[in-house]
Amino acid sequence: MDNPTPGLPKFEYIKPASLDEASAFLVDHAGEARPFMGGTDTFVRLRAKAWHDKFMVDVKHFSGMNDISFDPQHGLTIGAAVSMNRIIESPFVQEHYPLLAQAARTVASYQLRSRATLVGNICNASPAGDTLGASIVLGGVLRVHGVGGEREEPLTGFFHAPGKTNLRPGDIATAIHFPLPPANAAGIYIKLNRNNDGDLAIVGVTALGYPDATAASGFRFKLALASVAPVPRVPVEAEAILADAPITPETIAQAANAAMDAATPIDDTRGTAKYRKLMVRNLVKRAVNDVWEKLQ
Amino acid sequence: MAHHTITVTINGETEIVTVPSHMTLLEMLREELALTGTKNGCASGECGACTVMMNGAPVNSCLVLAVETDGAEIMTVEGLAHDHTLDPLQEAFVESGAVQCGFCTPGMLISSKSLLMRNPNPTDHDIREALVGNLCRCTGYVRIVDGVRQAAKLVASDTK
Repeated sequence: MDNPTPGLPKFEYIKPASLDEASAFLVDHAGEARPFMGGTDTFVRLRAKAWHDKFMVDVKHFSGMNDISFDPQHGLTIGAAVSMNRIIESPFVQEHYPLLAQAARTVASYQLRSRATLVGNICNASPAGDTLGASIVLGGVLRVHGVGGEREEPLTGFFHAPGKTNLRPGDIATAIHFPLPPANAAGIYIKLNRNNDGDLAIVGVTALGYPDATAASGFRFKLALASVAPVPRVPVEAEAILADAPITPETIAQAANAAMDAATPIDDTRGTAKYRKLMVRNLVKRAVNDVWEKLQ
Repeated sequence: MAHHTITVTINGETEIVTVPSHMTLLEMLREELALTGTKNGCASGECGACTVMMNGAPVNSCLVLAVETDGAEIMTVEGLAHDHTLDPLQEAFVESGAVQCGFCTPGMLISSKSLLMRNPNPTDHDIREALVGNLCRCTGYVRIVDGVRQAAKLVASDTK
């Protein structure tokens, strides 16, 4: 009988002395080397033989990778190796970015979140990633070290397909930066699970709303949908409806329908495509209502 | 195949171990150090049977490389009792019937220990939330939650 819980396949563990050395190694071994953070997805995939890398490159130890810092002028910067639990417990995050803490708290279990990272969750690019929506609506920008030096990658346009992003061989995401949140913003992440906690989302809806005098409705809503498309889906038409017409139950219902139309889910073990679309409609309505109440 | 010689503190004892790159912390504990209290359940971070404390935080030891623990402090279930005296959690688990087959118990104890370290007076909701990553197929969880609640009371009355 096959061992149901086999060990990890053989690979070499590499701990480079610098980011430059790490990027150079990853480029030289493109296709057979992979950077890793907490390993909570990486080792599962290696064990499942979905990945076959010969070299695992540990990048958690570089300067700044373990820091969270908040600047009242510029916003929040979270090092790539900072665990989800540290983000949830950070007073900066709780005070200024509670949506991020709330979303992170829905990821798996406490012990998994001791190792799982926000930046890892983003680079992993799972359509079900719980923290991707909050990172998008809060305007997150990844800082990436590559062979060409440092660059920034806004999350808008970053995701291409499950596991596929703008990252190239040699790239190492070192941190994520969030600008200051809009004044008087309120947000929520609603995750529909098969059970209360610990599961992957059947559907996830993130909503952030804030007063904005440039919008006809006086308010701007940022929305993101999880588990209903190959990438985190931003329902731009729904956002436009909420910006253009006075916020009434009818406007919210119209936006929820537009969000449903933007979802392109599949059938899988967690739910059918049809069910997911209907839940997008219902949960967007619930999320926008919740945020709208908080904004009053 | 590269091997790495690491120095790691386990239950207060310094160990120097030579491990291959792909060995997990779980495998090192069980197969190199004969600390078989920590269990191998799903090997994918779902069941929590392999939960140990690493630098004060609970982790799934099946998803940590042994080599990553160089310089770290690890506490396993074997580190809970001292001088033949059980940890209050262990006492409370026995008292409340929180153990049936026992396979999940080491992970349950470590997750609960971590909870009581950060929150000495948890609500039932706090307990259940802290144990989301520890699966039990025997007890139905009620007696495990009872055990953690009882342990919190034991510790509170001891420190009064």
